[in-house]
Amino acid sequence: MALDEKNLEAMLDQYPAKVKRNRKKHILITNSKEEQIIEANTRTIPGIITNRGCAYAGCKGVVLGPLKDIVHITHGPIGCGYYSWLTRRNKAKTEEPGKNFLTYCVSTDMQESDIVFGGEKKLSKVIDETVSIFKPNAITINATCPVGLIGDDIQAVAKEAEKKHGITIMAFSCEGYKGVSQSAGHHIANNGLMDQIIGDGELEEGPKGKYCINILGEYNIGGDSWEIERIMKKIGYHIQAVMSGDGSYEELKNAHVADLNLVMCHRSINYIAEMLDKKYGTPWLKVNFIGVQSTINTLRNMALYFGDQKLIDKTEEVISSELAKIEPQLESYKKICAGKTAFCFVGGSRGHHYQALYQDLGIETTLAGYEFAHRDDYEGRDIISEIKGDADSRNIPDLEVTPDDKRFRLKISPERLEKLKEQIPLSNYKGMIPEMKDGRVVVDDLNHFETEEFIKALNPDIFSSGIKDKYIVQKMGIPSKQLHNYDYSGPYAGFNGAVNFAKDLSMSFESPTWNFIIPPWRETPLLEGSIEEGEA
Amino acid sequence: MLDSTPKEIIERKSGGVINPAKTCQPLGAMYAALGIHKCLPHSHGSQGCCSYHRSHLTRHFKEPVMASTSSFTEGASVFGGGANLKTSIKNVFSIYNPDVMAIHTTCLSETIGDDLPSTINSAEVPEDKVVIYASTPSYQGSHITGFSNMTKGMVDCLAKATTETKKEQANIIPGFVNPGDMREIKRIVNLMNVNFTMFPDTSGVLDTPMTGQYVMYPKGGTKVEDIADAGNSKLTLALGQYASEDAAKLLERKCDVNYTALKTPIGIKATDQLVMALRQNFTEEIPYELEEERGQLVDIMTDTHHQFHGKKVAIFGDPDVVIGLTEFLLSLGMKPVHILTGTPTSTLGGIGGFFEKEINHLLEPAGIEAQVKAGGDLFELHQWIKNEPVDLIIGNTYGKYIAKAEDIPLVRVGFPILDRSVQTYLPVVGYKGAMRLIEMITNTLLDREDRDSKDEDFELVM
Repeated sequence: MALDEKNLEAMLDQYPAKVKRNRKKHILITNSKEEQIIEANTRTIPGIITNRGCAYAGCKGVVLGPLKDIVHITHGPIGCGYYSWLTRRNKAKTEEPGKNFLTYCVSTDMQESDIVFGGEKKLSKVIDETVSIFKPNAITINATCPVGLIGDDIQAVAKEAEKKHGITIMAFSCEGYKGVSQSAGHHIANNGLMDQIIGDGELEEGPKGKYCINILGEYNIGGDSWEIERIMKKIGYHIQAVMSGDGSYEELKNAHVADLNLVMCHRSINYIAEMLDKKYGTPWLKVNFIGVQSTINTLRNMALYFGDQKLIDKTEEVISSELAKIEPQLESYKKICAGKTAFCFVGGSRGHHYQALYQDLGIETTLAGYEFAHRDDYEGRDIISEIKGDADSRNIPDLEVTPDDKRFRLKISPERLEKLKEQIPLSNYKGMIPEMKDGRVVVDDLNHFETEEFIKALNPDIFSSGIKDKYIVQKMGIPSKQLHNYDYSGPYAGFNGAVNFAKDLSMSFESPTWNFIIPPWRETPLLEGSIEEGEA
Repeated sequence: MLDSTPKEIIERKSGGVINPAKTCQPLGAMYAALGIHKCLPHSHGSQGCCSYHRSHLTRHFKEPVMASTSSFTEGASVFGGGANLKTSIKNVFSIYNPDVMAIHTTCLSETIGDDLPSTINSAEVPEDKVVIYASTPSYQGSHITGFSNMTKGMVDCLAKATTETKKEQANIIPGFVNPGDMREIKRIVNLMNVNFTMFPDTSGVLDTPMTGQYVMYPKGGTKVEDIADAGNSKLTLALGQYASEDAAKLLERKCDVNYTALKTPIGIKATDQLVMALRQNFTEEIPYELEEERGQLVDIMTDTHHQFHGKKVAIFGDPDVVIGLTEFLLSLGMKPVHILTGTPTSTLGGIGGFFEKEINHLLEPAGIEAQVKAGGDLFELHQWIKNEPVDLIIGNTYGKYIAKAEDIPLVRVGFPILDRSVQTYLPVVGYKGAMRLIEMITNTLLDREDRDSKDEDFELVM
């Protein structure tokens, strides 16, 4: 059954009037003939069962946490540090023994006395111990809810400790109540990294004769960025830094030397991309390495940016050889997947990116949405000037950057830049909606009630979201694929990733376990008999 | 793996934690609340708390874990969360329609001092619905404290003494254990022919069958009227001092119901004590079925003792479970040499229990000297193991990093187990649970022996 405005209205009518008014603005049925606006990045209504998390989760959990040679201290009661410890599958490996701290969770474990008398002294002591035990390249301090409320000055503690220990120590005021979702935390983390790490290195330029790039908003879930790097290296790119999957302080501080920044997750990292453009003159390219065709498009766009025929030829050569390898593998999976429908509700970019991979496999995405995106992630960056700030967005400070006196250098001429912008998504993102067919449902901050209702209405073959709704949907007899952590599989990015995804998805469809849901006695009468004609 | 953990133990004086063996109160409160029939837990704080707790519980149970949140913003944090809570109560009942809403606080709402009872009193609660609450500040105790506080909240908000004489029935408070354990405890009490109410009871909520239908409020969970009637029972058995005793104490104070605090019935001794307590208080004979099970367990213990006797073990986890495991390992002739819980002994939250004293009390007769610590962390446990290696680690999933670093086998028992399945359905309590523990321990030890043995020493029969 398709969904039209009328039955959408009927569905929303089940809400109390106020809730309905609010939620209606977050849902639309795509129609390319109209100019469509979706509300996003506004408060979730209290009492609604949302998938959203908090600013701390976005800052420490998403952006900072993957930086491996940094010890990330959580300043707060034990929970926040504990939950964000090893649960996100951002993989990392290091050549340098003792410089990968991802298996460690350091928390000040605030007690009642710290809440009453302040936690600054305890925090200083924990920093001292962290330096003496781990000898990290840098330390981050991540604030949880009570910290801001009791007035601990973590910036001052960080400054003091930095002087004492002679390493970079950064404080992030990412209290969970800030903003309306993880998104606030991304912004806070981006500002801190830009302000205190990027540009701190000695390098003035990347290696000669190499196309030097950074990959932004790629978190190496299930090894995604390793697959991306494999392809890049084959073509001849030099990757200066990945933000922040398998990333490090050491690489990040020289991120200013790149000739191009690739933006994978627009939502979580576009702030840094914009600031790098302003400060160092480095444009960014919106990329998508999820899906075969989108990986190909991305590689071609990159080659076009550098405009070097050798690079363009090498790109085509690599694409051909990769395709030759994966196409036979994909064939049988495509047969299983073709003609099916999917829901695709993820955080801030995968809700868009995975539609491409589904499409490669012949699967139609009938509903998509983001947990914590802004309007531009749906409608494209052109509408940014229309977004009015509110109390929740204004409490996240904007970091003002200016062109760097020494290091600002235009990477390509303004004329060429303008010309390229017409061909490729250079320093621009068109958003999710323009790439969706008409009549599809887009939902911002999808909640539990709507999940059940939309499944009833659209009956998808596969539901892709996260851990909190996975088992709800599977109880309905519908396979559910976690796209936050890939159900402990991966990588799903790039060419090999597409094969992994197709294989895993086919497994979900083909598993014989679905066949046992109805017990045989439900389908067989207890007594079998027949009525003779004429007797009744 | 864990390359930065040095062998040399330097005293850490900061009070900070590296690699925790506990989490915060609200998670335990959420878990307890799920053990009430048709109850929606509600987290009064930032969205992130609720999201983290739901995710974490889901990873352990591999089941839907439903809960709502007050979705605090900066405004609510400054001006108080009362308005958010009232809106939440209204929306929860009109959209999700539970019978009970169980509200717990967070470090945020506690720090700003939100007054739950008065907000709830002035909120729109439909007539036939109930709101209960518990104060669960994350900066006191651990998730076990939170479980205890929410269970106390059930007594506080629901239990009533309405009959003149107490009924011939028992209240059983199972503590922070799996639904499979709760089912096993109920089976034992049923075998003893004793009428009882177990609360909270997550069986039938967090181990529901696949039917092709999603039901937001499954069949399980303790009914509100049964918790109310707990005030008329003649006895409460609090299983696990840390998670259960405070609620039993409150019930005694409030409704004059006597209580006995027992260990979580892990192992033969603690199960014997449970069965004996039921026998004594309700004058019931022990049925042959139970005696047979016990006999089978003793048979297994004696027949397989050569497979585990004298092995050194490190145990960590939640205090009630660790106490039970320690006692059982001693019954088996094993040597628990490192015993650690993340939950602190004395907290302002007030849950009882003297972990170190209790463990040492168990170790003394066996003549075993061990490192014992409450309020410890896994960084320290790892250092202990580096200094005195063990044959086996027993604990939750987080132990796998130490196990890999030191190449020591791990038996997964407790909460959370994030990397294995099925364990939430099967008990570690009771005689049957003890058999299962022996199976897990011996399989793990013998698999290791098989892996490490030379060809000429590789045995067919062991």
